[in-house]
Amino acid sequence: MAAATETLTAADAFTITLIIRRFLPEVDDEARWESFDVSVYSTDRVLDALHKIKWEQDGTLSFRRSCAHGICGSDAMRINGRNRLACKTLVKDLDVTQPIYVEAIKGLPLEKDLIVDMEPFFEAYRAVKPFLMANTVPEAGKERTQSIAQRSIFDDTTKCILCAACTTSCPVFWTDGQYFGPAAIVNAHRFIFDSRDDAADVRLDILNDKEGVWRCRTTFNCTEACPRGIEVTQAIAEVKQAVLRGKR
Amino acid sequence: MSTIDAPRSSPTPARRNGVNWEKWGWIYMRASGVVLVVLIFGHLFINLMTGDGVKAIDFAFVAGKYATPFWQVWDLLMLWLALIHGANGMRTLVNDYATSPRLGKVLKGAIFASAAILIILGTLVIFTFDPCPAVPADQFHLLPSFCPPQ
Repeated sequence: MAAATETLTAADAFTITLIIRRFLPEVDDEARWESFDVSVYSTDRVLDALHKIKWEQDGTLSFRRSCAHGICGSDAMRINGRNRLACKTLVKDLDVTQPIYVEAIKGLPLEKDLIVDMEPFFEAYRAVKPFLMANTVPEAGKERTQSIAQRSIFDDTTKCILCAACTTSCPVFWTDGQYFGPAAIVNAHRFIFDSRDDAADVRLDILNDKEGVWRCRTTFNCTEACPRGIEVTQAIAEVKQAVLRGKR
Repeated sequence: MSTIDAPRSSPTPARRNGVNWEKWGWIYMRASGVVLVVLIFGHLFINLMTGDGVKAIDFAFVAGKYATPFWQVWDLLMLWLALIHGANGMRTLVNDYATSPRLGKVLKGAIFASAAILIILGTLVIFTFDPCPAVPADQFHLLPSFCPPQ
């Protein structure tokens, strides 16, 4: 209990070095690495360090964040070569004796500093029709019912927050921007295996494409990158099996 | 900025007609992989483990195998399955990593050509191999010793 009530004092602060891949389209012809020293506490996250830089050192540093608590999915970035949410990465979990490298997620057009154009990502997401398509009308006054077992089939893929950490960790997506990418397939999975939905065949047909599930090489980068712990590669494999069966 | 289809709009089929090569390629890799495990390890076991082992392999050993239809079929299957499996694997690598479509086309053409040539030559060898061909009298000494005198 003593540890829980302990408060951190200025003496507990230590300095870390962040090396950030900067790109200011008005100034830079191409991206460059810039180093910042920041004083942080062990309880700080990488997002806090970025805030300190933006608020105290260089106001031009640009990045996205909204909720800052791992729910909105705005601040996915590549930290020490791995895609993570800056708001869920504690400084103390990184090797602070070395500089921490922070850059924008890869495979999407870089707009400014840590901000990329997410439109291709959301385009793929929209293409799999991520909404309930039911042919039946629920009984008057009732909602569509579902058993616990039916729900558990797609429970994992309901956790997606569309942060793009998986899709932009995928080496196939890096070289082939036409590939739907893990996130779109995860969100298709969420409806394909939903017992209340009647359009599984439509989504399976969309993903049974040259740029669909068959491009997946099962490198597991997506599963490793997902900040929500979704078994992305497994979800993709389940969609592949469903495509072969022709139904969910 | 971006629009999403109304949920009630009739779903548009995403695809063209015809053979879905990506799907069948994916299935082929798994099916041929399973068969190749049996064929290759069977091949290695028969050639290296049974009898005199690796010391038994010589011209006569290979000639003997190709004289039996069983080994002809075995090796033919191994040849076709392995070369198509390997070529398809390299094709997917090109799809993943070739930066320009033209380079991709050239590389895939080269992969297809080399696999096709090897398959044709290999098939020819398996079915036309004759250890004791009819030769002019001055070339008898080139034939292996187990051939009957001509």
